Amino acid sequence: MAKIALKVNGNKIEKEVADNTLLVSFIRENLNLTGTHVGCDTSQCGSCVVHVDGKSVKSCTMLAADANGADITTIEGLEKGGKLHPVQESFKKHHGLQCGYCTPGMVMSSIDLLKTHKNPSDEEIRKGLEGNICRCTGYQNIVASVKGAIGKV
Amino acid sequence: MASMIGSKVERKEDKKFLTGKGRYTADINLHNQLHAVFIRSPHARAKIKGIDTSKAKKAAGVVDVLTGKDMQDDKIGGLIAGWKIVSKDGTDMKCPAHPPLATDSVNYVGDHIALVVAETLQEAKDAADLVKVDYKVLKAVASTAEAMNSDVIHEGIEKNLCFDWELGDKAKTDEAFSSAEKVVEMDILNNRLVPNAMEPRASIGDYNSSSEELTLYTTSQNPHLSRLVMSAFNAVHPEHKFRVIAPDVGGGFGSKIYPYSEDVIMAWAAKRLQRPVKWVCERTESFLSDCHGRDHITKCSVALKNDGTVTGLKVDTIANLGGYASLFATVTPTYLYGPLVLGLYNIPTAYCNVKAVYTNTAPVDAYRGAGRPEATYLIERIMDKAAKELGMDRAEFRKKNFIKQFPHQQCLVHNIDSGDYDAHFDKALNLADYSGFEKRKAESAAKGKLRGIGFSTYIEACGIAPSAAVMSLGAGVGLWESAEIRFNPTGNISVFTGTHSHGQSHDTTFAQIVADKLGVPMENIELVHGDTDKGPFGMGTYGSRSLAVGGTAIAKACDKIVEKGKAVAANMLEAKADEIEFKDGEFIVPNTNKKKTIGEIAFACYLPGTYGEIKSPLPEGMEPGLKETAFYDPVNFSFPAGSHICEVEVDPTTGETKVDTYTCVDDFGNLINPMIVEGQIHGGLAQGIGQALYENAYYDETGQLVTASYMDYCMPRADNFPEFRIDYTCTPATSNPLGVKGCGEAGAIASPPAVMNAVVDAIGTEVTMPATAEKVWKALKEKSKSAKKAA
Amino acid sequence: MKQFNFHEAKSVKEAVKAASKNSAFLSGGQTLIPSMKLRLSSFSDVINVKNIKDLQGIKVSGKSVKIGAATKHAEVASSKDVKKAIPALAALAGGIGDMQVRNKGTLGGSIANNDPSACYPSACIALNAVIHTSNRKIDAEKFFKGMFETALKKDELVTAVEFTIPEKSAYIKIPNPASRYALVGVFLAKYKKETICAVTGAQPVVFRSKEIEKALNNNFDPNSLNDLNLKSNEMNADIHASAEYRASLVVTAAQKAVINCK
Repeated sequence: MAKIALKVNGNKIEKEVADNTLLVSFIRENLNLTGTHVGCDTSQCGSCVVHVDGKSVKSCTMLAADANGADITTIEGLEKGGKLHPVQESFKKHHGLQCGYCTPGMVMSSIDLLKTHKNPSDEEIRKGLEGNICRCTGYQNIVASVKGAIGKV
Repeated sequence: MASMIGSKVERKEDKKFLTGKGRYTADINLHNQLHAVFIRSPHARAKIKGIDTSKAKKAAGVVDVLTGKDMQDDKIGGLIAGWKIVSKDGTDMKCPAHPPLATDSVNYVGDHIALVVAETLQEAKDAADLVKVDYKVLKAVASTAEAMNSDVIHEGIEKNLCFDWELGDKAKTDEAFSSAEKVVEMDILNNRLVPNAMEPRASIGDYNSSSEELTLYTTSQNPHLSRLVMSAFNAVHPEHKFRVIAPDVGGGFGSKIYPYSEDVIMAWAAKRLQRPVKWVCERTESFLSDCHGRDHITKCSVALKNDGTVTGLKVDTIANLGGYASLFATVTPTYLYGPLVLGLYNIPTAYCNVKAVYTNTAPVDAYRGAGRPEATYLIERIMDKAAKELGMDRAEFRKKNFIKQFPHQQCLVHNIDSGDYDAHFDKALNLADYSGFEKRKAESAAKGKLRGIGFSTYIEACGIAPSAAVMSLGAGVGLWESAEIRFNPTGNISVFTGTHSHGQSHDTTFAQIVADKLGVPMENIELVHGDTDKGPFGMGTYGSRSLAVGGTAIAKACDKIVEKGKAVAANMLEAKADEIEFKDGEFIVPNTNKKKTIGEIAFACYLPGTYGEIKSPLPEGMEPGLKETAFYDPVNFSFPAGSHICEVEVDPTTGETKVDTYTCVDDFGNLINPMIVEGQIHGGLAQGIGQALYENAYYDETGQLVTASYMDYCMPRADNFPEFRIDYTCTPATSNPLGVKGCGEAGAIASPPAVMNAVVDAIGTEVTMPATAEKVWKALKEKSKSAKKAA
Repeated sequence: MKQFNFHEAKSVKEAVKAASKNSAFLSGGQTLIPSMKLRLSSFSDVINVKNIKDLQGIKVSGKSVKIGAATKHAEVASSKDVKKAIPALAALAGGIGDMQVRNKGTLGGSIANNDPSACYPSACIALNAVIHTSNRKIDAEKFFKGMFETALKKDELVTAVEFTIPEKSAYIKIPNPASRYALVGVFLAKYKKETICAVTGAQPVVFRSKEIEKALNNNFDPNSLNDLNLKSNEMNADIHASAEYRASLVVTAAQKAVINCK
C-alpha cells in the first residue's frame, strides 16, 4: 500500500491506495468523482484526461502512487461558484457534446490546448485534440467550442 | 411566445455532462456489490470438453464461478433473433441455440464461457486466470465469401446458411436485363465495422429478496424491449417485478439496442447470488463481444438504355451474421436493406437476393443506418460506374433517373410520400461549386496531388415503423411508440417517452415540441426516459425513429391535454368547449377578456379544495387530473433524402487520401432544432467517412480479431476531417403531423459512397473500403503497371 | 494490472539499488502502464525514477544538446534551446503520441523501451547520440539491439542522451493511422562530411539506410532518391503496411525530409 497526499480540485486528500491503483480508479472509486471516464484500455481515447499540476494527462496511464504531492483538477473542479468555466460554457453554446461520455476529457484537453496555444488555428485545434476520441460529434462542434473559448482561458 | 420548434435552443442536458455529473452505468455502485469478469473463448471455434473452476472458486475473494450449466439448471433461456425471415423456398430462417454462457461449443473469439464473481474487481481478474477450459479447437469459418463452402458451424444448418431471401420480380428483372442496351456490373464490398460507442457496455444486476424485485442497470438504447425479451425468452424474472434502467448512456449507434448475454447474466447472477453484481466492459472485450456492423459482399448490375435511363437492377448479396443470429440481425440485411437498393431513382424493376451466413466471428447486427448504408453504397457506386461507362456526367445521369413525382410507389416495397431530389442536388452542386471542380483539380495536380469528386444522392426509410407492415414482414413486435404527458398540480410537466436518448438530445427536442404545443416554458418541462418503472412501455431509440414516431406520440398526448383543458376552461369560463381557443398557453373565449392559463387549468384539474369555492371546475362526469397517454403507430415510414458531395485529394507518393471538402444538403422535412440536427449530421458523416477511409474490423483466417483495440482499429480523430458544409431543403413528411423525417443516420448512410466515388474519381481505378493509404498506393501502382503493359 | 510494490527513487543510486530481475523503472509510463494494464507484462517492483533530479534538464553547448532522461516530450518540443540547436529534434518530440502522452512520456523511457515504431531512436542514431547511463556511456549505434531490446542491463538506468548538433536536419513521420505511432519515421541529419538517414518503424529496430545516405551524399536533393527501390525483405509487415509499402514510404519520407531539412 502506498500512502499519498495530494490536492484534488483544491481539497487536500490523504489516502492509502494499493500500489497498482491507477489514478483514474483512485479518482472514480476512492474519491467518487465519476466525471472522469474510462473509454479504452490502450491509453488512446482520452475520456480520462485530468490536469496534473496544470497539464493534461491521461489518468488511466498514471499510477495513483505517482500522483503523490500533485495538484489535480478533474472535470468536477472547473465550475466556480455555480459558474461554468468558459470552455464548458463554449461547449454548451456550440453543441460540442452529444452523449457526454468523452466530454470531460475533451474539455480538460481543450483547456490545456488553449493554455499552450493562445490563438490556435483550426488545424492546430484538430491536431491538438489528437488524444481524444469522440464518436458522436464528428468533432466539428468541438472545434467550434474550442474556437469559441479563445481568449477566455 | 416565440416558437420553440425550429429554434437553435441550447441543450437542457448539457450542464450535467459538462460538469462531470452525468451518471452512466459504470458510475453506479451499489451497497454490497460484487464484481464480475468473464472467461471468454480465445478460439473462434471449439468444442468445450470441460471447464475446471475449482481453483478459481478457492481464490481469495471469489464468491462463485458460474457456467452455462448453472444457467441451464436455473432454466435461463437463450438469446433470440427477433425478426423471422422466410427463405425464397418458403422455409423459415435457421437460427442456432444461443445460450448466454456457452455449454458445448464456442463460436467466436470472445464468446462467453464462465463468469467469475468476486468481492473486488482485482480479485475477480486474478481468479479468472485460474479457470481452466479444455477445448477441442476446430477449424474456424472466418470468411464471409467462403462461409457457404466451409465446415458447418451449427449442426443442422447446412452451408451455414440462415436464410436465402429474395425481394422483387425476378422474371421481370431478367427480362429488363435481356432487353437492355447496356449492362454495367460491379462487385461491392461493404467492410465490417465496430460501432465503438465511447461508453463501453456495462450491467449491474440487483435483486431485492424482500420484494422479489430484480433491477438491471444497463447501457441500453431500449430498456423496455430488453426487459420484455429477458422476461419472455430468457425467463430471468417476471416482467412486472423486473425493472430495467438505462441511465445516461454514452452513445449506442445500434450496438446497444438489444439485450446481450452479459445483461441476462448479470440479472440472473444477482438473483442467484442475492447480491448486486457489476460488470463493466473493457475496450478490447467490447471489440470482441459488441455486435459489429455491415460485412456484405455483393454482386450487382444495372440494365440501361443508351440514353442513360436505368431499366433494371439486380443485387446478389452475402451478408455475414457472425457466430449467432442477434436480435435485429436478420432484418438488417433484408427489409432494412433490400427495399433501399433502388436509391432515390425511378427504377421500374429490381430483384434482390440475400444469403445470410454464419461465420466464427462476433455477431453482426444493426449499426448506424443498419442495411441502408449498405444499400446506398451499392446503388451510388454502381450509378457512378454506369455514368462513366455511358460517358455521361455523373450528376446529369443521376438527375435523369431521379423520382420526380410524389407519392411514388417504388417497384419493391416503399411508397415515398414526399421529396424534391432535384432541389437538394442542385443546391448541393451549387454549394460545392461543381462547375469549379476542374480548376481545383488542376491546382491539385500542380502540387502533385490527385483530386476527385464524388456524389451520393440518397434516400433512407426512417421513422421505424408501421406495426402492421413490419409484423407482416416477420417482426416479432409492432414498432409504435408511446408518450405520457403528466401535468403536475403546480403547472410543470413530466413527459414520459418510450424512446431513449443517448446523445440524441431528446430532453431538449421533445421539450421544444411540448413547449410549443402547450405554451409552457422549456424549464418547466422534464423528459423522463430510460426506466421501465417510469412511464409507459415503448420501443426505444434506433432507425431515426424517435422524433418521427416518439415525438409524434408526444404531440398527440399534448393534443389530448389541450382537448381536456378546453372542456375544463369552458366549464370554468362558462363558455362552450368548442368555442374555446388555445394559444400560447392560454384558453381564451374569443372576443371576450375571459381566459385561463394552462397552469390554472392544470391546478383546477387536481381539484384543489379552496374555501368559499365548492363548485368543481370540472364538467360533470369528467375525471380529475391532467395526464394523457398517447400511442402512435406511424402510417408509413418517413423518407429523408439528400445530396452529398465530397472532394478528396490523394497523395500518390503515400496513397494517403485527404477529404478536402464535404458538402451536404439534406431534406429531413421540418427541423425541430437545427443545431441538434447539424450535430447528428456531423457525427454520421464522421462514421461514414471513417468506414470509407479508416475503419475495418479484420479477422484473420483463424478467426482472431486482429483489430481489437484502438492501436489497430482506426478511430477517426478531429484531424481526419475538414469542416463540413451543411444546408437543407424541406419537403415535410406527410406521414406524421410534425412533418419530420429523421436525421440520425443520414450522415453514415450517405457519406461512404460520396467519399469512395471521389477516391475512385481521383485515382482512376477501383479500390475497396476502407481506402487506406496502402490500398490506394497499391491500386495506383497496379494501374501504372497495366498502363505500361498496354503501351 | 497485477500487483507490485511501488518505489519512489530519489537518486540514481537508489533506483539502481532497488532494481532486480523482476523490476521495471517507471518514468513517464506511457508504454509501461498500458502493457501492465493489459497484463501483457507484470513486475514485482516498479521503481519511479521520474522525480530524480539528476535526470532532468536540457543543456546546449556548441556541439551538442544533452537532455536528461526524465525530460518530457513536451519540454523538449517547447524548449527554445532545442528548437534553435536542432529544430528537427524539437519537432520530433512535438509529434510523439498526443498532447497528454507528451506531458508524461520521457526521452529515457522511450529509448529504454525501444519500441520498433518509436520516434526517438531514429534521432539518437542520426544525431550520433551518446546514451549516458547509471554506469557508462553507450554510442547510440550500439544501444538499440533489437525489437524492445537495448544494451541496458536490468539494473542500468538511462540518465541522459547527448545529441550532436548537425548542420541541418529533419524528421518525417508517416503515422499509423490507428495508433499514430510511426509506420515509418525518417530522421535525416546533414553534417559537413556526411548525411545520416536513420529509419524507425520499418524494421524490428531502428537502422541507417545506407542506400539513401549514399544517394544523398552524392547529391543532397530529393530527386536523387527518385529511382531508389529499397529492398523490402527486411521490412516489417503487418495489417497496417506491407513490407513493400514500408520500403516505399521510407524513400518518400526521406524525400520529404530532404525538402524540410533546416
